[in-house]
Order: sequence, then structure tokens, then C-alpha cells
Amino acid sequence: MTGEVTPAERTAVTMGFEEPDRVPLFLLFTIYGAKELGLSIREYFSKPEYVAAGQMRLLKKFGGDCLNPFCYAASEVEAWGGEVIFSDDGPPNAGRPPIRRAEEIESIEVPLVEESPSLLFGLRTIELLKREVGDDVPIMGSVISPFSLPILQMGFGAYIELLYGEPDLFWTLMKKNEEFCIRWANAQLEAGATAIGYADPLASPDMTPGDLYRRTGFIVAKRTIPRIRGGVATSLASARALPVIDDLVETGSIGVGVSTFDDLAAVKRQCAGRLTVLGNLNAIEMCRWTPAQAEAEVKKAITAAGPGGGFVLSDNHGEIPWQVPESVLLAISAAVRKWGEYPLDRVSI
Amino acid sequence: MRSDSPDLPDWNVSPSPPAGELEEALLAVDPVRAGRIIRDACAASSPVSCIEVLVIPVLEEIGRDWEQGRVALSQVYMSGRICEEIVNTMLPPGCPERTSQPKMAIAVLEDHHTLGKRILLAVLRAGGYEVTDYGSGVTVDGLVERVTRDGIEILLISTLMLPAALRAKEAIACIKETMPETRVIVGGAPFRFDPNLWRETGADAMGHSASDTLATIRAMAGAS
Repeated sequence: MTGEVTPAERTAVTMGFEEPDRVPLFLLFTIYGAKELGLSIREYFSKPEYVAAGQMRLLKKFGGDCLNPFCYAASEVEAWGGEVIFSDDGPPNAGRPPIRRAEEIESIEVPLVEESPSLLFGLRTIELLKREVGDDVPIMGSVISPFSLPILQMGFGAYIELLYGEPDLFWTLMKKNEEFCIRWANAQLEAGATAIGYADPLASPDMTPGDLYRRTGFIVAKRTIPRIRGGVATSLASARALPVIDDLVETGSIGVGVSTFDDLAAVKRQCAGRLTVLGNLNAIEMCRWTPAQAEAEVKKAITAAGPGGGFVLSDNHGEIPWQVPESVLLAISAAVRKWGEYPLDRVSI
Repeated sequence: MRSDSPDLPDWNVSPSPPAGELEEALLAVDPVRAGRIIRDACAASSPVSCIEVLVIPVLEEIGRDWEQGRVALSQVYMSGRICEEIVNTMLPPGCPERTSQPKMAIAVLEDHHTLGKRILLAVLRAGGYEVTDYGSGVTVDGLVERVTRDGIEILLISTLMLPAALRAKEAIACIKETMPETRVIVGGAPFRFDPNLWRETGADAMGHSASDTLATIRAMAGAS
């Protein structure tokens, strides 16, 4: 392959389980664009034009292979009537949940995308990015899975108690969340997103016992993902994926975001030819890495998961923290070019 | 005992005969069976003794299993909640055995994710401890003021987001300046993903899990 390969072509080849010119690098920036534009995080998220401009500048500066129009998880729950709390140096938080008593599940209405300002903001951002890059750079849309969204809709503790104690209300909520998730995902694809990240941390055995997941979130994912009209990659948002790889394959997912606590090589073997592996640089430790450490971590990940394609280098959560120095990001970008060129003769395999 | 907690004795005790059965009931989220096991086992002893030899060791075991990836966080949460409710009937809040303990408080610093705090509160209360809940979204200034005003001896700071974990350093520095004897334990995801981060905050210890924190508190309380 030549240097003219576009990020979209590079990603498509690896997702077809073949080796492209080099390992694709997904630097999933959210709030980092505010720093790039010299804006506060609140101001940055006030106009889709700012987010699109931030994404384009970061793409150019750090040489990643995707754009990430996702703003913050709370934007979905905002559509359901939840509150968002901004921070000066971190992602906006979900505040008071919209469902305060389990009985309210019966009456809560599924929000319409076209009537939800926070979702329309996301769609407009995707449209702006699509106008900039066309089909050359993948634009990753994102949804929170119907099974994991109640963490924000109800609060984590209340949701766990619902999951164990109120099966009828649980399934009522799942039905509503599935409807919402499918509409929201397909709206992003129609706006120009290339694929959808399906954030489902509760699918991990770190969060939900495997047998309970199989009876709940797994069924939900199998009903939801096939109705999304594009490729879907599941992210467990830093939680371990290895024990549920076979389940994720069955849901129709085509990729998986891997935790830094996972054995990356073991995940790759388990996924081989079935799911593309995304991960798994430790985005928290990254804040204190030196450029040399960054290079070593990139090399280690590529050695573990690069051979044969089916691998995208990324962080383990889906967000580069505000506190990560630019020097580290530049080192990651340089290292993937130094060690990630196929064939991977230069890394010890 | 954790290698990164300061000089703590080993509080692990041999599990009492019904411990395995209780653990099984808790992981199956069966409050009726768990209640029966605890009441049967504790019929011949004081509530405090029963908590010491049965409830705490089982919760600690479940916490260790979570750290090893053998049980899920939802099971840890439900186990704590079930034990908290049972212990509250045996050792009601405010009773002398609880109030004679060091003054403790917990806060979610500048963050609104409360699951970690909720799990910790349940486990500590199930362990017979009285803990003041300062809530979530607590600012550095607000936390320092309340800790000083209440004369808190052991402070627990729970975080999920990285900025909150970094803010703990500022809060701990202020607290140590005015109340150097106050012991501070930090916990939450950022400290798990970066095992060296807790030391930078100036905290006295890190809680890897709720039960690990319980063991640390038992050591601190014994030493105070």
C-alpha cells in the first residue's frame, strides 16, 4: 500500500481482517478540542461549529484516523429530561437523574431525536464533519446501550436494584430504551456517521454476572444492534471484555473496545476474524507518561494485537483526558507510524 | 493486607462455618436466606461479635473476589445493601457500639457518580460503623469546612472522574494543615487505573474496593 491510503480505507482493510499500510490510530477526543480552540468546555459545547472545528484541528495535529463527534454521555440523558453539570477540566457529568422512582418508568416518554436539542447538536456536528472529510475519514457516531443507559436515567444503585428486583419494570424500560437507541443511532448514520460505537459497560462481567447479562443486556443487544443500519462496535468503557467476546459476536457487533485490564493478545485471539479489536492504551496513566513511555506502550499494544489486521490502536475508554500532554499524544502518533507499518517486521512478534 | 496501605495488621480471620453459605446467598442476591443465616449464626453471640466473625469476613471475601474478576460490581453492591439492612436490625444506627468509633465521613468530591460511595456506605454500615454521608458534588472548600467543623478522624473520598481524583490533593493538603491527625482514604476508578496516583494526593491509604477499605478502617480505628 502507498502513503495515499485514506484513514477510511486503512480502517476498512483492518476491519476486513487484513493488513493495511499501518495500524489505524483512533484518538477519541471529546473535551480536548476546547483546549485546542482556547475555549472553556461549556463554551466549546455551545456550538456544533466549535466541536467540528476542534475535531478537524486535532485530526490534523495528531494524525489520527477518525473523527469523534461524541460530546459527552450526559447529552443522551439530557434528551430524557436529565441535567448536565459542566466542569472546567473534565467531561460534563450527568446530574440529577430524570427517573427518580421506578414507577415513573411506566409513564416516561421516549424522546424524539428531532425534538431534542442535545441530539440535534450531535447530528449537526456530524453533518459539518462529513462536509469536511467526505468519505475519507471515518466519523464515529455513538450511543449508550439501552441496557446501560439507566445508569444515567436512574442512578447506578437504583438501577441495580431494579435489575434484580423489578423484572417487569426493567423490561418496560428496555423496550423504551431500545426504541430510543435505534432511532438515535440511525439518525447519526443518516447525518453522515460511518459507524456507531455502542457503549455497554454493563455487559462486562466486571459489572454484571455473566448469567444475568445473558438473560438481560445480551437479549437487549441482540434486539437492538441488528436494527441499526450500519456497523456497530461495542465499547465496555474500560471494563473487561475477554469473558464476553463470544456473546458480543452473537449480538451482531463488528468490533470491541478493550480494557487496559484485559490481556490484549488473548482478546485478539478470541476475536480473530470475528471482531475488530480497539484499544487498549491506559488513558488515565497516559496523563503522566513520558513520550518514551508512550512509544513503549504503543509498541507493546501493536505487538500484541497488530498482526493480521483486525486491530485499531486506541485508548481503553473512548476519551482522551484533558490532562494528557500534547507531547504524549504526538509521541503516540509518531510511534504508531514507526512501529505500526505492515508488515510488522520491526516489532518483536 | 495490601502492599500500598501503610503498616496494617492482617485482619483476615478464618471463615466461620456458615460463611460460605452466606457468601453464596449474597452473591445470589437472596436477602431472605442471608438474613436467616446471619440470625441463626448470631443467636448465641452479641451483634458486634457476630458482625466481626461472619459478616465482615464474608464482605471482605466478596470484595477480594471482585478485585480478582470473579464477581460483578452489581453483586458487591447488592451484598452490601443486604448486609446493611440486616445489620441495621441487629445494631441500629446511633447505638453505643457504633457511636464509640472514630468519627468518620464520606464524600464524593466535585463529582456526581455515587455508586462507589453507596457501596462503601453499605459495607461500612454492615460492618457496624457509623459514617456521616456528606453527599456528592462536594467542593474542596465545602469538604474542608465540614471535616474541620465535625472533627472527622477518618475521611473517605470517593471519585470516578479523573479531575475529581486530582482535586483530592488540594482538599487533603488543606485538611492536613488544619487537622494533621485526620486520616484520609481515597478510592475510585482513577486510582485503580493508575496505581501510583493515590500517593500523589497525600492520602494515607487507597481503598481498592469497599471491603479493602473496611479492612483499612479497622486497622486505623484499632490504632486510634
